[in-house]
Amino acid sequence: MREQPGGTGGSERDRVLAAIRGALARSQPSTAEDAAVAARLAHPVRNIVPARGRQEGDALVAQFIAEAQRVNAVVHLVGSPEAVPTIVAEFLRDSHKPPRLKLAPDRFITAIPWAREPKLSFSIGAANADDPVAVTSAYAGIGETGTLMLLSGPGNPINLSFLPEVHVVVLPTAWIVSTYEDAWDCLRAGGDPQVVPRVIDWISGPSRTADIEQTLLLGAHGPKQLLIVLIDVESRPPQS
Amino acid sequence: MRATAHLFPTNAEHALRDGKLQASLARFQQGFPVKRQAAIERLPEFDALRDAAAAMKDHVLAHLDLYLERFEERLTAAGGQVHWCTDAESARQTIVRICREAGARTIAKGKSMIGEELGLNERLEKEGFRPIETDLGEYIVQLREESPSHIIAPAIHLSKEQVAESFRKAHTEFAADRRLEDPRVMLDEARSVLRRAFLSADVGITGANILIAETGTMVLVTNEGNGDLTQNLPPVHIAIASIEKVVPTLEDATTLLRLLARSATGQDMSVYTTFITGPRRADELDGPRATHLILLDNGRTGMLGSEFREMLRCIRCGACINHCPVYGAVGGHAYGWVYSGPMGSVLIPNLIGVAQAGHLPNASTLCGRCEEVCPMRIPLPRMLRSLRERQFDQHLAPRPLRYGLAGWAMLATRPALYRLATRIAVGLARVLGRSKGRIRWLPLASGWTRARDLPAPAGRTFHDLWRAREKCSSGVTSGTRR
Repeated sequence: MREQPGGTGGSERDRVLAAIRGALARSQPSTAEDAAVAARLAHPVRNIVPARGRQEGDALVAQFIAEAQRVNAVVHLVGSPEAVPTIVAEFLRDSHKPPRLKLAPDRFITAIPWAREPKLSFSIGAANADDPVAVTSAYAGIGETGTLMLLSGPGNPINLSFLPEVHVVVLPTAWIVSTYEDAWDCLRAGGDPQVVPRVIDWISGPSRTADIEQTLLLGAHGPKQLLIVLIDVESRPPQS
Repeated sequence: MRATAHLFPTNAEHALRDGKLQASLARFQQGFPVKRQAAIERLPEFDALRDAAAAMKDHVLAHLDLYLERFEERLTAAGGQVHWCTDAESARQTIVRICREAGARTIAKGKSMIGEELGLNERLEKEGFRPIETDLGEYIVQLREESPSHIIAPAIHLSKEQVAESFRKAHTEFAADRRLEDPRVMLDEARSVLRRAFLSADVGITGANILIAETGTMVLVTNEGNGDLTQNLPPVHIAIASIEKVVPTLEDATTLLRLLARSATGQDMSVYTTFITGPRRADELDGPRATHLILLDNGRTGMLGSEFREMLRCIRCGACINHCPVYGAVGGHAYGWVYSGPMGSVLIPNLIGVAQAGHLPNASTLCGRCEEVCPMRIPLPRMLRSLRERQFDQHLAPRPLRYGLAGWAMLATRPALYRLATRIAVGLARVLGRSKGRIRWLPLASGWTRARDLPAPAGRTFHDLWRAREKCSSGVTSGTRR
């Protein structure tokens, strides 16, 4: 968006850019500079990836679980989608939360046989202010820090991750990658590399604050609890 | 916010006598540094990441125009609007205009230091809007009509009793005799009050920790989840960022994110790292209808062309503040503007002028811890020294300092006079400190001796000691000398 001319001539955009070029002691970038920047943007390279972001297989799943627990997520590993409703119902019973689920309109989530668990009620859609529990999937899990990566889209309204007090994430172990850079590679491979979803969320544990006397408290404005249910089956890769 | 940086000596004096503040600062100094150290011990590549991050940011700053143009192009393609603003007033006017056009009444705000730099709340209130800070610390500070005292922990200077008192005053819808001793209870109360703010807000305003040129993405880092509710619930989202926040790619942002939380709070990663690229898309069920980014210069291009360019690498983690002995003694308010600690002492004079903030570069022991812990390897002590020189060159230094330095220069360039003067001074000091080996009062130096003693010198000048040592050792064979 070009601004209307400001005080001393030219648009604000032009003035800021001119001030930058003045500070860099050149009126225009050289062809070589243009090319260097274009190349860096066209072919993103990884900087340093820590060794702990290079686990694979069972060790990777174990690392994801340990790191997610470290940031106060509750993690369960089950053998099939059929086992998920019972785990969720028991978790809600134990933490005295209403067994009323708002499911993300994502086929992977809605295909789970929720109705088999009579204690649970559920509806599908975006989050309302009074929804106590949301269930979503994630695009990937990241082993390095036990982080979940969620993408906005028709199957994942973003408010589900933030409005309810409990956020349940169901994730096949096959979707766990070692490091953030792996997730970026998957994302770029899945579509136009320059076009990313409106929102990409990295979520590491339930919300928290330490703003009162540095006392760490879980459950600030976002969820008070984060339950991750991992399904240990070979499944589709993250770029779905 | 109105700057009181020129009052640093008075501010600091008050801070040192404020018992409540001193208790809060004592608690604070035991927190972040320990957690940061533990996080770094779990990441052997931390120093290598610092080098990579600093080099990446230097490359960006040398090509800042190109990366900003690319960022603008991508965000615009995703349906966002970029508003370039040369200064604070232009940014305030732009934000007010957007809020008006949105028919806004209530405005939810995520914590933004640029918002503080703009004095945005004050302006929004003046224009008839109702801005509500949603970060818990920032909310507490807003209720008390104070300013944040730390860039990542705005209410670090307050005790829970002070917070309870503010909640009692502001939250009149709750029973007046309710118990409010427990931070958990206070948090739940704030959560319920602010939940209504999120749901009723017409506009959400946040900062942006990083801008990504490759994709036109704004990155928002929070622990509370307030930033996400602020950007995703109201129909209009405005993000505010200064021009130096841009990086080339998702990978480059990732490198900064590996450093940011570890350096700030000692977390490996903050709870929520949110990458936002434009408004709600056609097939989505939630999200804002419009996304605006205020791209603010406000003094940054001036720094870009100066010896302070490296300061523009700063990712606002607060590590330098958390490790600064001066901040630890006086807290953030003494610095008299939005920023504080070593980064504030460099930024504030650059942004509001040495004439206004000349005291701040002097509010440092130059102990070097800030540079040691800075994830972006910003040479803060060197910059503080440069600012002192600039202040001296512009004849802005206080008169006693100028005369003192002139006198010192006169002595130091005349060896005979220097030796005589130091011998007299040392003799006098020995008399003053005779009884306890400490000097409790010194003429012309009461500013020092009022708060602490000066150790009495050894009794002889360095020159005398050196000559004596040369004499003793001249008879010893060179092989045994060290």
